[in-house]
Amino acid sequence: MVGLALEGLGARYGKRIVLSGVNTGLLSGGGMTAVIGPNAAGKSTLFKRIAELTSGPGLVHLSGTAEGKDTICYMPQDTGVNAVLTVYESILLASKQGSGWKVHDSELHEIDRILSALRIDDLAFRSLGELSGGQRQLVSIAQALVRKPEILLMDEPTSALDLFRQVEVLSFMKSLSARSNMAVMIALHDLNHALRYCDNTIVIANGTMIASGPTSDVITQELLRDIYRVDARIENCSQGRPVIIVDGSLT
Amino acid sequence: MVTVADKIAAAEGHGRYRALVLRRLLLIGGLCIALFLSVAIDMALGPANYALSDVLKALFQSSTVSDQLRVVIWDIRMPIALMAVTVGASLSVAGAQMQTILANPLASPFTLGISAAAGFGAALALVGGIAVFPVATQFMVPVNAFLMAMLAALFIHFASTMRGVTVETIVLLGIALVFTFNALLSLLEYLASEQALAAVVFWTMGSLTKATWPKVWVTAAVLVVTLPLFARRAWALTALRLGEDKAASFGINVRRLRLETMMTVSLLAAIPVSFVGTIGFVGLVGPHIARMLVGEDQRFFLPASVICGALLLSTTSVVSKTLIPGAVLPIGVITALVGVPFFFALIFTHRRRSW
Repeated sequence: MVGLALEGLGARYGKRIVLSGVNTGLLSGGGMTAVIGPNAAGKSTLFKRIAELTSGPGLVHLSGTAEGKDTICYMPQDTGVNAVLTVYESILLASKQGSGWKVHDSELHEIDRILSALRIDDLAFRSLGELSGGQRQLVSIAQALVRKPEILLMDEPTSALDLFRQVEVLSFMKSLSARSNMAVMIALHDLNHALRYCDNTIVIANGTMIASGPTSDVITQELLRDIYRVDARIENCSQGRPVIIVDGSLT
Repeated sequence: MVTVADKIAAAEGHGRYRALVLRRLLLIGGLCIALFLSVAIDMALGPANYALSDVLKALFQSSTVSDQLRVVIWDIRMPIALMAVTVGASLSVAGAQMQTILANPLASPFTLGISAAAGFGAALALVGGIAVFPVATQFMVPVNAFLMAMLAALFIHFASTMRGVTVETIVLLGIALVFTFNALLSLLEYLASEQALAAVVFWTMGSLTKATWPKVWVTAAVLVVTLPLFARRAWALTALRLGEDKAASFGINVRRLRLETMMTVSLLAAIPVSFVGTIGFVGLVGPHIARMLVGEDQRFFLPASVICGALLLSTTSVVSKTLIPGAVLPIGVITALVGVPFFFALIFTHRRRSW
């Protein structure tokens, strides 16, 4: 089974250490791990370090991954794109890196399948520049999925999506990770989504790891007070799932 | 569960993509035909105008035409016509890749100071007889221009390797170079004799009339060497337009790709400028026209940039001969006059975003 574990992981930009001390147990394929923390805590940096896009101390232990394969895929935060490309071309582009000019039918069928699974087939031949922020995020997810990663690092993939799309995307990712035995790490700001969809959670604040473990153990009233400086309750809803209710004040 | 509707939608996506590719190939084919016609017309025009059929005969059945026609077409007009093609193509591709790696629609050999540096180098030779590198007198102007252009390109290149330098900074540096070299050029012009001043002004206006076969071969050779390098990186270069982070997430070494492309582009920009003088517009607009026609997938954008640049300069060459009968106007001046109306027409009729 695919899995990854982080040992003393840190990152530096130049000589400046911007992230340190990230340790986790084995985060195995088939499950989702939330990475939470305030803005500018170091969540994106953690992803970039895992994907080896930046350097730093510590180790990323991989297990059960196919050798030589493009194992880890980092899906960056959405940025405005003004490339004169259609959505379809931008997804093809993601799948064709490192290969020849010829596009095979099987590659196009795969794109069709992903567009259809994310229910964005209607966007296929729209120009990237015409898309809304939420649509761009969905295209970005398609670009990541077409690369068939074993470990997928998603940096705030739902930040620009409406509630329906947030639930749809997270449910889809949860079932996809289970189905394809993919390990998904996902940076989230909505902690209720983390509670509902993620088995494990890593908390990052001020460039260091604060906590790591099963989500329901990690996201506590104390964490919300200490890290987010918000007085809130965590109660079980009618379906028995923990839900955060913010009815207190800022601390 | 996959529904029938899903299957139809999927088939549509696949089919529509293939149709899009076909449309682009046809467009590129059309541009090729237009380029061929333009080159043929360019060769037909001159002090003695020939019929297009005579030119085609001289090209494909040279033994059936008179010696005079053969010499005029092959030895005099063809180097000039092909120089327009190779220079236009080189500058356009250089501009296309500069715009790609710097993510800036204003990037071109002209706006990054490479042409201005070349102009200053040429003026150094024309005004003061100063050689940046010791060579025979007849090569002093192009060698000076080439070396100064490379110097400017290398400055831009090394500036881009410095930590913390963003693509926006590089474009600003380029614009600063333009002003610096233009100021130095003005200073030289102020100090120049009347004869040298005329030579500098003529050089900076750009001209194809001094084209020779060796110059054509050199510019063509640079194209032949550099185009496959870009073609091999077509997917990576296209991905760069999705943003640095996204390209890096696809496994592309963005820093290396930028540096390698900048080095190659420097050569592509410096060589033609040193032979024909300052021709600014093609490097900026050629790629924009190509982008509007075929998008930014480099498998189509690269050949389209080559052909659009070549076509733009070839058409300009035709116009520069026909505006005032008997006179050949400086091509650097005419390029903008020919290109601007066409460019405006494309911008105003194109409904989709083009940058």
